[in-house]
Amino acid sequence: MSFTSIGFICFLAATVVLYYVFPKKHQWKLLLAASLAFYFIAGEWYLPYILFTIISSYIVARLMRKNSEREKLYIEQNRDSLDKDARKAYKAAEKKKRFRILILGLVLNFGILAVLKYTGFTVNNINSIIGIFSDNVSLPLPKLLLPMGISFYTFQTMGYLIDVYRERTQAETNPFRLALFVSFFPQLVQGPISRHGDLSEQLFCGHSAKWENIAPGMIRVAWGFFKKLVIADTVMIAIKSIMSSPERYSGAYVVFLILAYSAQIYADFTGGIDITIGIGEMLGIRIKENFDHPFASTSTKEYWRRWHITMGTWFQDYIFYPLSICKPMQKLSKWSRAKMGPALGKRIPVYLATIVTWFVTGLWHGASWNFIVWGLLNCLVILVSQELQPLYTKFHNRFPKLNDSYAYTLFCRTRTFLLMGLIRVLDCYRDVPLTFKSVGTVFYDFSSWREFFAGGVFDLGVGPREYIVVALAIVTVCIVSKFQRAEGISLRHKIAERPSLAFLCLSVLVVVIIIFGSYGIGFDASGFIYNQF
Amino acid sequence: MRKEIKITIFAVVSLIIVAVLLHLCSLVLRPKYMSQPLEGALIAEYYGEVDKGRQHQVLFVGDCEVYESFVPPLLWEEYGITSYIRGSAQQLIWQSYYLLEETFRYESPKVVVFNVLSMKYGEPQKEEYNRMTLDGMRNSPVKHQAILASMTKEENIASYYFPILRYHSRWKDLTAEDFKFMFKRDTVSHNGYLMQTGIRPMEKSFAEQEAEAINKIYDPDLPATAFEYLDKMKELCKQNGAELILIKTPTNSSTYWWYDEWDAQIAGYAEQNGLDYYNFIENEAIGIDWQTDTYDRGLHLNVYGAEKLTKHFGELLVSEYGLESQQSDVGVSSVWKTKTEQYYKQKEEMERGQ
Repeated sequence: MSFTSIGFICFLAATVVLYYVFPKKHQWKLLLAASLAFYFIAGEWYLPYILFTIISSYIVARLMRKNSEREKLYIEQNRDSLDKDARKAYKAAEKKKRFRILILGLVLNFGILAVLKYTGFTVNNINSIIGIFSDNVSLPLPKLLLPMGISFYTFQTMGYLIDVYRERTQAETNPFRLALFVSFFPQLVQGPISRHGDLSEQLFCGHSAKWENIAPGMIRVAWGFFKKLVIADTVMIAIKSIMSSPERYSGAYVVFLILAYSAQIYADFTGGIDITIGIGEMLGIRIKENFDHPFASTSTKEYWRRWHITMGTWFQDYIFYPLSICKPMQKLSKWSRAKMGPALGKRIPVYLATIVTWFVTGLWHGASWNFIVWGLLNCLVILVSQELQPLYTKFHNRFPKLNDSYAYTLFCRTRTFLLMGLIRVLDCYRDVPLTFKSVGTVFYDFSSWREFFAGGVFDLGVGPREYIVVALAIVTVCIVSKFQRAEGISLRHKIAERPSLAFLCLSVLVVVIIIFGSYGIGFDASGFIYNQF
Repeated sequence: MRKEIKITIFAVVSLIIVAVLLHLCSLVLRPKYMSQPLEGALIAEYYGEVDKGRQHQVLFVGDCEVYESFVPPLLWEEYGITSYIRGSAQQLIWQSYYLLEETFRYESPKVVVFNVLSMKYGEPQKEEYNRMTLDGMRNSPVKHQAILASMTKEENIASYYFPILRYHSRWKDLTAEDFKFMFKRDTVSHNGYLMQTGIRPMEKSFAEQEAEAINKIYDPDLPATAFEYLDKMKELCKQNGAELILIKTPTNSSTYWWYDEWDAQIAGYAEQNGLDYYNFIENEAIGIDWQTDTYDRGLHLNVYGAEKLTKHFGELLVSEYGLESQQSDVGVSSVWKTKTEQYYKQKEEMERGQ
């Protein structure tokens, strides 16, 4: 069931009404039933996969918890007989046991994700290698089901297991409560990747129907629909035209693609997250923000702190940091300091951890070389800018007033936006060589500009009137974003203070979405882009 | 408490305003079918007729072949028979059935004539054609059933009740016509007959067309679903005291060929169920000349062919089904006098315009 379907809107309305009709202590049970129903409707064969994740994670977390309790009890009971070293040794032994249990949970769940998501990619690569030596031999490509949002719920649940192992959160004693944490339906489509500590309490404590929650929630949901249907899905038509005929559309069209795809993915992903957070708000549940005005970033590093925040922090907390401080890395650090000197030597393990993290980030986004190269290019930009930091510092010391200048900030923002847009184009084309070839045409195919401005832009399936509507919608999004940033307030909460204004705002959004949205027959309305990850 | 009341009032007022606004937008955005394709306007026109309390002795149901082959004003002029055609483009048999069911709620025709070409379809076909038939129907449980039976996979039932969900994207293609006919539309047919005065002769012989058609891949068996609806149609007519006649209008094109196997199945069905079936395809008594009586190379009859068929069929209705002339009824006559005048006026205008 797509977020943007009529079925989902009816489902959501029924869930919200029933949620507040239910006694508070049973509300979470309704949410669990709704979440499983949502997932079942999305694909009846998806359920076994998510159920496996729930059950296996429940068992693993419980085992770790029991082990932890046993350890505490043992130490408590033998406080007098155990000296410090013996206690330490016992604790280390128990921790090792818990670690093994954790690894079992991670291997099982990441294993499923790897098999379902990456088998095809692996087989294709093996076949390419075999193809070098023989034309007739190739491995058959298995047809595997990829459950909706599997990457999101797997990462969220594995984060929970690691947190239980690190004793940062309590293991759920009730499997149904864990089931809700894993399958909470607004998050299933495209995240955000929540932490158990942030979400669980809110899921299970009851909520009363409050205008202060429902109104801003509804406005945010409508705002998400506006971004998705009026901007993202309209722009997508032109983008698909360019992507499907790379030979026909080069030069100017590729520049247009870079800009249009930036607008589309932003509107699509943030729109989806707006719907998710808005639904949560309507239910009285605060879901973590996943974006913080990413296009206002002045550097790539900053951009990645503002874009898909929950994914970034997940990789940081569960991959980058553990990797940076693991024993082999410490050995490498020692070695590199000795061989390359302290300045460069200390950076080597950090850079290596960064490269691995970005490689995995790329792979998480999709089973293709495009995403791997995309991840590594992001990494390259970050590392290069890190290496050039002394140069920047020198430059800024030479021109100290530059940092306060709006023009310079604007330059940095534009540079970051274009750089990210350029790298993001790897999402669009079918393979890496084609992407580089297409982007290359920007630098020599100047004749395409004439064709583009002579009406070529209108031959991409989007007419002049639609471009005007999209442009106005983008301007509206920019104004709202700018206002929120400048004032540091939540506009929808401000609007909700006056019910008349809230209803006016909702009414306008509903009418605009219904008329100008790209949906229904005649539109190949897309699912959310991040849905596939 | 005061806040809750305030919020409820705002919510209700907003809902009403949004509903009215969307309804007005929907009226503008819906296709009007006042220029091509006119076929989309046919089904809705019927209500203008029955709302004035007009009854008909004969009801024609079926696809394009009926609304291009029978001329109700001529049937009146020649035989004093009142008739209406409830047909639209690629109208599927279940749509004909539900239209018939709906028609019996408004009136009691003595004879129902069903053109059997649509018997070849057992599944929903094209959304565009569904729309032309179903959008014109008034909301009712019958329409609901018709929608459920007709929807293709990509369609959504909500868009039939809230057409703005289907036609919202027309905002960029709006013309003056959309505003002009927002509330009221012109009548484009003559009791369901859509006039075509053009002549585009059939270029190949009947035998050549047949040879071409036979070489195409086709299912020699008419689908079971179609027969189920034919059964239902038969029962419905029986319950309402109407005689059901099956016909196949004259056509002569390999594009929509009426195969012998299909004909035999319909003939067999008619015989088994005590129905009359007339295949007019090779009926020389009608006098169809495929050089002058078709506007699209034998696919459909033009007005000249339709007049010939109407006269022939009118004779049958009088001689075989005992339909009596209504011309002695002053009220009915005055209505049909106007209709006949309008018919000839349009014919003359269209002939002059060619």
